[in-house]
Amino acid sequence: MTTTTAPTARKPATMAQALTRALRDAMAEDPAVHVMGEDVGTLGGVFRVTDGLAEEFGEDRCSDTPLAEAGILGTAVGMAMYGLRPVVEMQFDAFAYPAFEQLISHVARMRNRTRGAVAMPLTIRIPYGGGIGGVEHHSDSSEAYYLATPGLQVVTPATVEDAYGLLRASIASDDPVVFLEPKRLYWTKADWSPDAPAPVAPLGRAEIRRRGSSATLITYGPSLPVCLEAAEAARAEGWDLEVLDLRTLVPFDDDTVCASVRRTGRAVIVHESNGFGGPGGEIAARITERCFHYLEAPVLRVAGFDIPYPPPMLERHHLPGVDRILDTVARLQWESRWTEGRGA
Amino acid sequence: MTVLEQPGSSRHTSGPAGPPPAWRPRVDPAPLLPEAEPHRLLGTDAARRLDPALLKRLYTELVRGRRYNTQATALTRQGRLAVYPSSAGQEACQVAAALALDEQDWLFPSYRDTLAAVARGLDPVQALTLLRGDWHTGYDPYEHRIAPLCTPLATQLPHAVGLAHAARLKGDDVVALAMVGDGGTSEGDFHEALNFAAVWQAPVVFLVQNNGFAISVPLAKQTAAPTLAHKAVGYGMPGRLVDGNDAPALHEVLTEAVRRAREGGGPTLVEAVTYRIDAHTNADDATRYRTQAEVESWRAHDPIALLERELTDRDLLTEEFATATRDGAERLAADLRERMHTEPPLDPMDLFDHVFTQQTGQLRAQAAQLRAELDAEAEGHPETTTGTATPAQEARP
Ligand SMILES: Cc1ncc(C[n+]2csc(CCOP(=O)(O)OP(=O)(O)O)c2C)c(N)n1
Repeated sequence: MTTTTAPTARKPATMAQALTRALRDAMAEDPAVHVMGEDVGTLGGVFRVTDGLAEEFGEDRCSDTPLAEAGILGTAVGMAMYGLRPVVEMQFDAFAYPAFEQLISHVARMRNRTRGAVAMPLTIRIPYGGGIGGVEHHSDSSEAYYLATPGLQVVTPATVEDAYGLLRASIASDDPVVFLEPKRLYWTKADWSPDAPAPVAPLGRAEIRRRGSSATLITYGPSLPVCLEAAEAARAEGWDLEVLDLRTLVPFDDDTVCASVRRTGRAVIVHESNGFGGPGGEIAARITERCFHYLEAPVLRVAGFDIPYPPPMLERHHLPGVDRILDTVARLQWESRWTEGRGA
Repeated sequence: MTVLEQPGSSRHTSGPAGPPPAWRPRVDPAPLLPEAEPHRLLGTDAARRLDPALLKRLYTELVRGRRYNTQATALTRQGRLAVYPSSAGQEACQVAAALALDEQDWLFPSYRDTLAAVARGLDPVQALTLLRGDWHTGYDPYEHRIAPLCTPLATQLPHAVGLAHAARLKGDDVVALAMVGDGGTSEGDFHEALNFAAVWQAPVVFLVQNNGFAISVPLAKQTAAPTLAHKAVGYGMPGRLVDGNDAPALHEVLTEAVRRAREGGGPTLVEAVTYRIDAHTNADDATRYRTQAEVESWRAHDPIALLERELTDRDLLTEEFATATRDGAERLAADLRERMHTEPPLDPMDLFDHVFTQQTGQLRAQAAQLRAELDAEAEGHPETTTGTATPAQEARP
């Protein structure tokens, strides 16, 4: 599924612009798609992702709701039951929490509890993660809550192209999607024209962003650029790191992950959400279960500390950075077989 | 007997529709209804009878408050504050909320209510810690009986109810005053808090600062209620409607609500009708959703100007008093400027100190890891972390 707009010259576009275009294209193609949330209308959202949609499609299709996340998601459930495809915006990660009751008790299990009779084709867009100097409650990495809930697809783009492609696929999905937008990548630019045809990216497929042979860095969303930077820096140490972008945490792409880890024999999972109870633990377990005999070293994790998200002036100490990734890579038992002598 | 067979169940009773005769309202709604027009004192005859000392006290605090707002906004431009949600235009609400409380009472502010906290006696720099970004709460809530400035909307309201309820259970003379914006009244927590407060008859006052907007969303898109004060009636508590730019009127209404709560009369919901003169925060572009003409029309109803007129009419605004007030405000601003231009002392190891009463082994290990990283950094290893510094622009509460 691509769009019909004529291709134009490619020029830099931001991830936020790619998301806007995904919403616009989806709304243009399907009148059932409705965007709703706080400040999504006149203001175009606090990150301007819904900019211009109310103007173009009317306030019924892109509506400012009262300020009530449980109400936003709860009414979206009813709208979905009646055949619409709501795309809901939660203004910031920590402000989605009032909607948890609806999300977990209804959105996630509606199909299951009705034996497939009622679908929940809704997309919940949530700007998430830190690194933008936000004050308290503006930087949570909440993905672990979502992926612990059966029935929710959890999607998180890391590139401008994927922001478009994955959001289109999410809106097209007949099952609910928690669409996590790494807010510190909103202004990431790519050579991508907002008007050129753009592919829809399938959910549940990881992508190798950098080929390498010594170890695989497994990551997603806000940590992808950090991992790519670390992989470049690692060349100086003689390590040739592969970088794998999960793109969707649910469904999880075991095949791509395992194929990569079997090739490199070592895996480090990098994410900024807390390590304990975080996505990395699940991923490490899956790798161990499926690739044990291929592993040269235990699967390691680089994650945020197990603390409430720190104030902005201290967040750099919390977020996994290049050094911390390299320190962890150094612990991968390099001395064990072929890279004798290079150890932590 | 199954439920369906219960006598009195509507399926089995014949006769006129509607509830049985024993039904009657539990509370007469009429006394709970808010005023038809916002309560005002300034510009009315009643203002003449107001205590000069009170008027001067309110004026002093308003002028200090305005200066605090302009100084804090300036600090965002100098990069000293990550973000500032100004309460310019709403100073009367901030000041009256603080002055309505006794020392033993509690204030439950939202992120916009730094000024109320300062008017209650909190150090101006401590009040800004959250917004500067050195820690989440820059003060000990027990010291001034001010709960942490609360960012998730309306979530502090049930806390206020619980604290007031607990105090009453203990036999303590404590009232809690909780502040929320017009947008926040849509949250479930607002409704649950009001309901608990009324059912428990908790000594709480809810102050809604209706400043017209929740970021960009005007009140008309927030509620279809006649006024926000009307919401009180459904829960069984009085709703009061007051001109939020009329400091003495607000002070009167809030003081009365606090007294009622203190005497066991239960909670009150006060809606202060005011206006946010500045944008939502320094990072917000208000021209997207409102006109300059609207802003100007509210400037003409400025809380300081309104009170100033009264003071002038009564010859209370003497040269001496005016100068002293202005000087006091300048001293506040200068102090704030000076202390906010000093880097706050930061110890990254603090990150691990207050997660639990006793640090866990897991956190100790992580602390050791950070310690080693910091030591390596101090030894001059180039540091390559990623917390990309950001335009304060995107840091909005
Ligand atoms: C639960 C929750 N949802 C969303 C937000 C994001 N947000 C911060 S301020 C704001 C508008 C609040 O408007 P209002 O309650 O009228 O208070 P005001 O800012 O006008 O003082 C929003 C939506 C939040 N802080 N908390």
